[in-house]
Amino acid sequence: MKKAIVSIAFGLTACLVATGASAQATLNSVKQKGYLTCGSNTGLAGFGVPDAQGTWTGLDVEFCRAMSAAIFDDPTKVRFIPLAAKDRFTALQSGEVDVLSRNSTATMSRDTQLGLDFPAINYFDGQGFMVRKKLGVSSAKELNGASICTQQGTTTELNLADYFRANNMKYEVVAFATSDETFKAYDAGRCDAFTTDASGLYSERLRASAPDDHIVLPEIISKEPLGPAVRHGDNQWGDIVRWTHYAMLNAEEFGVTKANVEQMKGSDNPEIKRLLGTEGKYGEAIGLTNDWALRIIKQVGNYGESFERNVGEGSKLKIKRGQNALWTKGGLQYGIPIR
Amino acid sequence: MSTAVDTNRFVRSEPIAALPPPNLARGPVAWVRENLFSSPLNTLLTLFVAYLLYVLIPPIVDFLFINAVWTGTDRDACRAETAGHRVGACWAFVIDKINYFTYGSYTIAERWRVNIFFAMLALGVTWLLWLKAPRRDLGAAYFFWLFPTFSYVLLTGGNLDLGGRFWLGFVAFAILLMAAFGLMAHLLKVSVKSGVAIAGGIVAVLGITLALMDFDFGLQHVPTSLWGGVLVTLLVATVGIVFSLPFGILLALGRRSRLPVVQLASVIFIEFVRGVPLITVLIMANTMLPLFLPADMTVDRLARPLIGVAFFASAYMAEVVRGGLQAMPKGQYEGAMSLGLNYPQMMVFIILPQALRIVIPGIVNTFIGLFKDTSLVSIVGIFDLIKTIEASRIDPNWAAPTISYTGYAFAAFFYFVFCFGMSRYSLGVERRLAAGQNR
Amino acid sequence: MQTTVSQTSPPEKSILYDPKVRGAFYQVLLVLIVGYLFYMAASNAVENLQRAKIASGFGFLNNTAGFDISQTLISFSAAGSTYGDAFIVGLLNTLLVSAIGIVLATFLGFTVGIARLSKNWMVAKVAMVYVELLRNIPLLLQLLFWYIAVLGPLPQPRDSIGMGAGFFLNSRGLFMPRPLYASDAWVMGAALVIGIVGTIIFRTWAKKQQESTGRQYPLGLVTIGLVLGLPILAWLALAVVGANPISFEMPQKGTFNLRGGMQILPEFVALLVGLVTYTAAFIAEVVRAGILAVSKGQTEAAGSLGLRPGQTLRLVVVPQAMRVIIPPLTSQYLNLTKNSSLAVAIGYPDLVQVFMGTVLNQTGQAIEVVVITMGVYLTISLVTSFVMNIYNRRVAIVER
Repeated sequence: MKKAIVSIAFGLTACLVATGASAQATLNSVKQKGYLTCGSNTGLAGFGVPDAQGTWTGLDVEFCRAMSAAIFDDPTKVRFIPLAAKDRFTALQSGEVDVLSRNSTATMSRDTQLGLDFPAINYFDGQGFMVRKKLGVSSAKELNGASICTQQGTTTELNLADYFRANNMKYEVVAFATSDETFKAYDAGRCDAFTTDASGLYSERLRASAPDDHIVLPEIISKEPLGPAVRHGDNQWGDIVRWTHYAMLNAEEFGVTKANVEQMKGSDNPEIKRLLGTEGKYGEAIGLTNDWALRIIKQVGNYGESFERNVGEGSKLKIKRGQNALWTKGGLQYGIPIR
Repeated sequence: MSTAVDTNRFVRSEPIAALPPPNLARGPVAWVRENLFSSPLNTLLTLFVAYLLYVLIPPIVDFLFINAVWTGTDRDACRAETAGHRVGACWAFVIDKINYFTYGSYTIAERWRVNIFFAMLALGVTWLLWLKAPRRDLGAAYFFWLFPTFSYVLLTGGNLDLGGRFWLGFVAFAILLMAAFGLMAHLLKVSVKSGVAIAGGIVAVLGITLALMDFDFGLQHVPTSLWGGVLVTLLVATVGIVFSLPFGILLALGRRSRLPVVQLASVIFIEFVRGVPLITVLIMANTMLPLFLPADMTVDRLARPLIGVAFFASAYMAEVVRGGLQAMPKGQYEGAMSLGLNYPQMMVFIILPQALRIVIPGIVNTFIGLFKDTSLVSIVGIFDLIKTIEASRIDPNWAAPTISYTGYAFAAFFYFVFCFGMSRYSLGVERRLAAGQNR
Repeated sequence: MQTTVSQTSPPEKSILYDPKVRGAFYQVLLVLIVGYLFYMAASNAVENLQRAKIASGFGFLNNTAGFDISQTLISFSAAGSTYGDAFIVGLLNTLLVSAIGIVLATFLGFTVGIARLSKNWMVAKVAMVYVELLRNIPLLLQLLFWYIAVLGPLPQPRDSIGMGAGFFLNSRGLFMPRPLYASDAWVMGAALVIGIVGTIIFRTWAKKQQESTGRQYPLGLVTIGLVLGLPILAWLALAVVGANPISFEMPQKGTFNLRGGMQILPEFVALLVGLVTYTAAFIAEVVRAGILAVSKGQTEAAGSLGLRPGQTLRLVVVPQAMRVIIPPLTSQYLNLTKNSSLAVAIGYPDLVQVFMGTVLNQTGQAIEVVVITMGVYLTISLVTSFVMNIYNRRVAIVER
C-alpha cells in the first residue's frame, strides 16, 4: 500500500516532467517535435499578447511565426510560452523554449555571462517616462521629487536610479513584481510617472482608463536594443534566427511584400532572386530549404509590414518608425546582403 | 464581620410579599429587552452596532444590487458619465468575462473537456465527503487514482508518446519487481503467490495509468500555458489534496515512528515547511526546481507551483493526521499486535481507519486553508482565478471606476461559497462524531 | 514477542523477522534514497550553474545594489548600499509590519472574540459575521482589495487633505511632522529610561505588597506618571534653561509631493489593515474557544464573590483562558509574520519583495537568496516557538 502510493506519486511526477533537448542540435529537435517553442511576453500589446481565444499577436510573436514559416512552411507551428521577466533567461537556458522573442535587451553581460546569443535586433528601443498631462511636465529633468512606478528586477529599475543620481535629483521609487501591477498602480494615481522601455510606454498607455490624459516625455535615458535570444553554442540555430530577421529586412528594402511576393519571384533583380531562392542555395546553407525567405514573406510579410501591422500606424500604438526605419530612410535597421 | 454576633436580631420572622410577576417574560419585547437592552452598557453597545450597520449596510447593498449594472458590452455601461446614473458593481463585466474567468484561454472548441473535469471532481468530492455514500472504498480509488489519471488525459490531451523503449523498460521493471517480491515472500516464508500478486497489482496500477496517459485518444493537445481561471484554481486545490493526504499520512507515520532516522527526517521536513511562508516555497519551486534537474529535463510551468503546493499541504496534513494517531487509545495498537498483525496491517486495517475518521474536520479545515492559499500561485505568474481577474480589470474596454471592486467581489463570493460550505460541513461532521463519542 | 517453550528446540527464525534488522534496513534505505536525491540535485545544480555561468557563494551581498527602495528604516541609497543592506532593509520592514500587526491584531481579535460571546445578540451576531466573512476569503484577495480601497479615494498630492498640526493625507500616503532631536535630547531619553525602570520596580514592589497585605496601588496612574511625566518634566526643565531638545520638521508642499516630514506609505497601510483584520478573525476564534474552555463554575463563583461581569472577565476568566489561548495564539502570530510576505502583491518592500524579488532577479543567485530568506523565516518561527514554550511553562506552573 505504502509502496503503491509512493510509486503512483512518483509516476505522476515523472509524467509531468517532459524532456527537452539542449544536447541535440536545436533545429533537429524542433523538426522532430513538429513545432517551435517560443518564449513570449505575458502580455504586451503590439509585441506579444494573447487574445481571449489564446491566439497570440505582436511584433515579437510574428518573429516566431516567421521562423515557423521558414522551417515548416506553416506559421502556426509555434507554441508560445508566456514568461515573466525574471523567468525568461532560465527558461531559455534550460531548453524549455527554443527561442526567446520577448522584448529582451541585449547586453554584454547577458551575451557573455548568461550563456545567451542575441543574433539580431528587431527593435531599437530606450527607456522613457510617461506622466499625466495635467502635471504640466514636459521634460524628465523636471521630475525632481516625483514618485515613479517601475517593475522590479529589470534593467529599468537600475537605469532609473542611475539617471536620477546623475542628474542629482530625488525621487521615490515604487517597485512592483509585474508590469500589470506597476501600470495599475500608476493608473490609480499612486505615482507621478511610469517608466519602462518607450515601446512599452506606448503599449501600456492603451490600457489606461483615459489614454489621452497621459504623455510620453521626450527623454530616452538608455539604450535598449531588443531582440530574439538563443542559447550560446548552437550556431546553426543562431543563423536561422539572424537570417529570418535579415530576410524580412531585405524584403522590405527591395519592396517585396506579402501581396506581391509571387510576382516578385519572376523579378530580374539578382538580389531579389537570391532572397526568394530562385538563384543560389542560400537556404540550404542554414539547414532549411531555398525558398525559406519566400515562405516567410508569403505567410508573415516583410519587416515593415509586420511593424506597421503590430506597432506602427496600422495599429493602436501608432509608434513612429524612428530608429527602426531602414538604413535607407535614416534608421538603424540594416539588412546584411544575401550573397 | 464584626456584626456576626448580632446576626440573630435581623432574622426575619414572616415572608416578604412576593414581587409581582414580570409583565413580559417571553414574546418579542422581552426578547429584545433581554438580548439587546439588558443594561445601560448593552444599550449603548446595541445602539453603537446599529449605527455601524446603518453606515455600512445600505452602501454595500446599494453598490452590489441597487445601482449595479447587469447588462452591457463595454465600459460605457459602467461609467457614470455614459450610463447617466450612479454606478455600483459592474456585473456586466463579470458576465462578459465569465468564460475567461472559468477556463482562462483554454481552446474554445475543447472546453467541454474542462466541464467533464469539473463534473468528475464534483462526483469524487461528493462520494468521499458524503459519509453515507455507498462503497466509499471505491470512491477513494476513484478519487486518488482514476480521477487524476483521466483528468490528466482530458485536460492535456494525453498522448504522452512514451515510445517503445520506455515500455520495454517498464516490462523489465515489472518482472524485476515481481521477482523481488516473490523472493522476499520466499525468505519470509509466506505465500510466494500473494507476494507476486501484490507486486502484480502495483505493476498493473502503474501500467494502466501510464498506458492511459500514453494512449492517443485523438484529443487535441492543449498546452498548460492556456489554462486559467477557476479551472487552475480547482486544479491546484485538487492536486494539493490528492497528493497531500497520502503523503501527509506517510509523514505522520514517520514522525510517530520508533526508527530515529525516519522520525528525524519527517520532523525536519514538517517543521521546515511549516516554518516558511508558502510564497517562498512557490518561488523556490519556480526558480530552483529547474536548477536541480538534469540539463535536458524541464518541468512544466504549471507543474512547478503544483509540486510546491503539494509538499506544503502535506506538512500541514501530517500534523492533522498525527493528532488523530495520538488520539488513538493504546489498547487499539496492543489489540492489533496481539492479533499478530504486522505494522502495515495494523496501520491499514486498525489504526488509520479510526484515526482518519476522527480528524475529518481537521482535514477539511486544512483543505480550506489550502484552497485559500491556491490564490498565491498568481504571484508566481500562474493564471488562476485571481490572476485572470487582475488581468481583466486592466482591459481598456472595461476601464471604469468600479471594475476592480466588482472583480474582487466576484472572487470573494466564489471563495466564500466554497470555504464557508466546507467549514459548515466540517462542523457538521464534528458534531456527529462528538455525538458518537458521548454515548 | 515470542515465547520459547523449550530451550532445546528454538524455532528456526529468519533474520528478516528481527525488528531491529528490519528497522535498520528501512532506515538505511531511507538515508540512501534521500542522500541520492540530494546528491543528484546538488550535482545537477552545480552543473547547471556552471553552464549558465551564474556565480555562487555569498559574495554578492557586498556588491553595490544600484536600485532604490521606497521605505527604508536604515539609510539606503542606490549608489552606496549593497545587496546586504537591501536584505536588512527588507528584513526590518517585515519585522516592522509584523510587530505592529501583532499588537493591533491582538486587540482587535480579543475584542471580537469576547464580542462573539456577548449576551447582546446584535453584538454577537455582528462579530460572528465578521469572523466568518474574513476567515473564508483568501488574504491575498483582501490585500488587493484594501490596496485599491486605500488608494482609490485618496486625492493627488496637490489636493492633499490637511488634517492640522502638520498632518496631510494623499495618494502618496500619510505625512506627519518628523521629530528632530537636538544634541541635548539625551536628557529626555534618559528620563524615559528612568521612568520605565522605575515603573518596573514599583510594579514588583506593589505586587509584593498586595500579596502580603492585600493593599492595592493605582498601578495605571503611577505607570503613566513615570513613563510620560518624567520625559515631559525633563523637556520643561530644558525649556526653562532655554534649550529646545525636540523640534519638528513639517511636511512642505513640493512640485509633485510633500517634502520632508515622515511618510507612511499606502502599501504599508493596506498591508497592515489586511493582516490585522484577517488575523484578528482567527484570534477571535482562539479567544472564544479559550474562554469557553473555562468552566462555568468559575464565572458563577466569581459572581457569588460579588465581582462585576467586567471584573470576572478580567480577573478570573481571561487569566485561566490564557493557558488554552497561548499556544494557538502563538501560531497565529507566526502566521501573521509569514503572511506579511504577501506584501509582494501590493509593492510593499518587505523581505520577500526586496530580497527574493529584486535582488534575486538582479543577481540571478537563486539558491543563496532562497536559502537566506527561508532561513530568516525559519529562525523567526523557531525563536518564537521557543520563547512561547518558556512562557507556556510559566503559565502552566500556576496550576496547583
